[in-house]
Amino acid sequence: MKISGLNVELQQMAAPVPIWFARIALADWLTAARAVREAGGRLLALWGVTPPAAPASVCAAYVTLEGLLWFELPLAAGVNYYPDLVPFFPVAARMQRAAADLSGIHAEAATDQRPWLNHGAWPVDFFPLAQAAVQATQEFPDARLLDYPFVRVEGDGVHEIAVGPVHAGIIEPGHFRFSVVGEKVLRLEQRLGYTHKGIEQRMTQLEPLQAHRLAGRVSGDSTVAYAWAYCMALESAAGAEIPIRAAYLRALLLERERIANHLGDLGALGNDAAFAFGLAQFSRLREDWQRVSKQVFGHRLLMDCVAPGGVASDLGAGQVDLLLRQCDAIEGEVQSLRTIYEEHAGLQDRFMGAGRVSPALAAQLGLTGLAGRASAQAWDLRCDHPWLPYDQLAVKMATHRNGDIAARASVRFDELTESLRLIRGILAELPAGPIRHRLLLPEQATRGAGWVEGWRGEIFVALELNAATSAQRIRRCHLHDPSWQNWPVLEHAVMDNIVPDFPLINKSFNLSYSGQDL
Amino acid sequence: MSWKILRQITKAGIRTEPAPYYSDSASEEMGRIQTDVLAILGRALTIRLVDAGSCNGCELEINALGNPYYNIEGLGIKFVASPRHADMLLVTGPVSRNMVTALERTFAAIPAPKLVVALGDCACDGGIFGESYASAGRVSNVIPVDLVISGCPPPPLEILRGILAAVQRRG
Repeated sequence: MKISGLNVELQQMAAPVPIWFARIALADWLTAARAVREAGGRLLALWGVTPPAAPASVCAAYVTLEGLLWFELPLAAGVNYYPDLVPFFPVAARMQRAAADLSGIHAEAATDQRPWLNHGAWPVDFFPLAQAAVQATQEFPDARLLDYPFVRVEGDGVHEIAVGPVHAGIIEPGHFRFSVVGEKVLRLEQRLGYTHKGIEQRMTQLEPLQAHRLAGRVSGDSTVAYAWAYCMALESAAGAEIPIRAAYLRALLLERERIANHLGDLGALGNDAAFAFGLAQFSRLREDWQRVSKQVFGHRLLMDCVAPGGVASDLGAGQVDLLLRQCDAIEGEVQSLRTIYEEHAGLQDRFMGAGRVSPALAAQLGLTGLAGRASAQAWDLRCDHPWLPYDQLAVKMATHRNGDIAARASVRFDELTESLRLIRGILAELPAGPIRHRLLLPEQATRGAGWVEGWRGEIFVALELNAATSAQRIRRCHLHDPSWQNWPVLEHAVMDNIVPDFPLINKSFNLSYSGQDL
Repeated sequence: MSWKILRQITKAGIRTEPAPYYSDSASEEMGRIQTDVLAILGRALTIRLVDAGSCNGCELEINALGNPYYNIEGLGIKFVASPRHADMLLVTGPVSRNMVTALERTFAAIPAPKLVVALGDCACDGGIFGESYASAGRVSNVIPVDLVISGCPPPPLEILRGILAAVQRRG
């Protein structure tokens, strides 16, 4: 495949979704960004590849109509910077700052060069992804957490509200700095990275056939999507295919994960609007759902069910009926609850118009996943590049144009119903056969990629393996969460809303801290 | 409108009991936990949660404790917003180095006797994340821990058992 204006030949990778790789020259880095932008494409991920004693490079993954484009720009010896992508894709800003913290490579002349993941717990000149794989100690007793230079809003009556990192509820840590006048939010600035626990460095210390367990713990609510994306990357690197039955079972797990999260979110949205009835009902349905997950798949959150080469366990006798019966039971209840939500004036008053992201803003900032679809960003990997078994199921995409809390709730209801239909389809068509092939790792150094539509949005995994002669097989594994795209948009969504609406707006996005902190 | 809500509530009924797919002894166990909380504390138990770096799996299961099946508030156990209102500090995750200070400050803010429960495999021993430049590993590397609840993540009933065991041990 060729891209207009670019003199590079893209190589298609072995993967069930269309992913293309090319190594490009410095001059082509910005040309590629411009070409993708002009064609209506998006920046999905940006990361550094800086293994010790090897040339450094920076990588970018773009989403276009043809599929995913993975570009690698090798950096010349002694060069630790590359051209800034923010002018084309604002979403690049935090990813570039993270790459600077972890790999020591910088976007040249970028406006915002503040550290992002490095809060001062390790020295500014220590780059964890440029270290030799196993280090005896990586403790820095003299390190002190640093103050962060938040952007100050000046003016009459402006004051700041600082929230976090420890929040009032049972949620993950992060800091929100609101600049407000009275109750109105003028500006929100997020500071994340509190749950950064060195996942990408840890990845390089694991065996490739074991690392799916770590991938499945990047963001616990998306464990199936991450494990699938990692396994897809590993299978792609090995040029291996999985049994057809395994593909169906993975999709069954992924749709069950989507439903569990949508049930949880719909309840929490009711609760945050003081409609406790909603939480009681939906949390009951979610518990029913998780208990069947435990009974059938052995884990309430479906952790470690997807494994390299296939899935960990098969369905037992009678379990197909059990799963189908539960779909029927849940569907009836969700429909009743949807009517109640939609007819409840108090609830709709809080939902309608709050936290609005217009389609134009969503496109400019690259809003993705279910939040993107609620702002008319009609993209769902299961529909646009369906792979087995989605190519057999004709997934119906849920979209909305209003971009407010009500729209994000509505998309969740629609997707929930659609996932129930998909589960019925998967169970009806479930082919017989093995559920797992033994995966043979390639002898030579190679790369692979995985790309999966999780419940929150696209999960992407870029994997590079060393040759079998190397003691350390995983050279680099980059794991991308859609929260990187959507957190900055939340800052815009909350502008001009009132402070008490923030928890509700935040919940309507329900972004992962752990997924973006890594 | 409201008749639909009432109909749904009546139809769903009271579910504060084990679902058919769960251990049969769960119902008795819930009753015993409530009696024990009252016997040991003679009052409610308040808990402050700190996610010190978890993957959010443990948070999902802690949240599940609030659903009608476990009905943790009905047992007299409540999650509170401020550490100053808390009898117990519940900590999840390997402690990321970026969260060490926040965890220490939250611990300092809890009134004596400062019960601390480390929840989940990562909080117990660092879990799959271990110790590194970014992770300080187990919770007891940072603050004193009274009891650990293992599991990845531990299911709600295990969390309840652990919370109670911690209270008993101090009692």
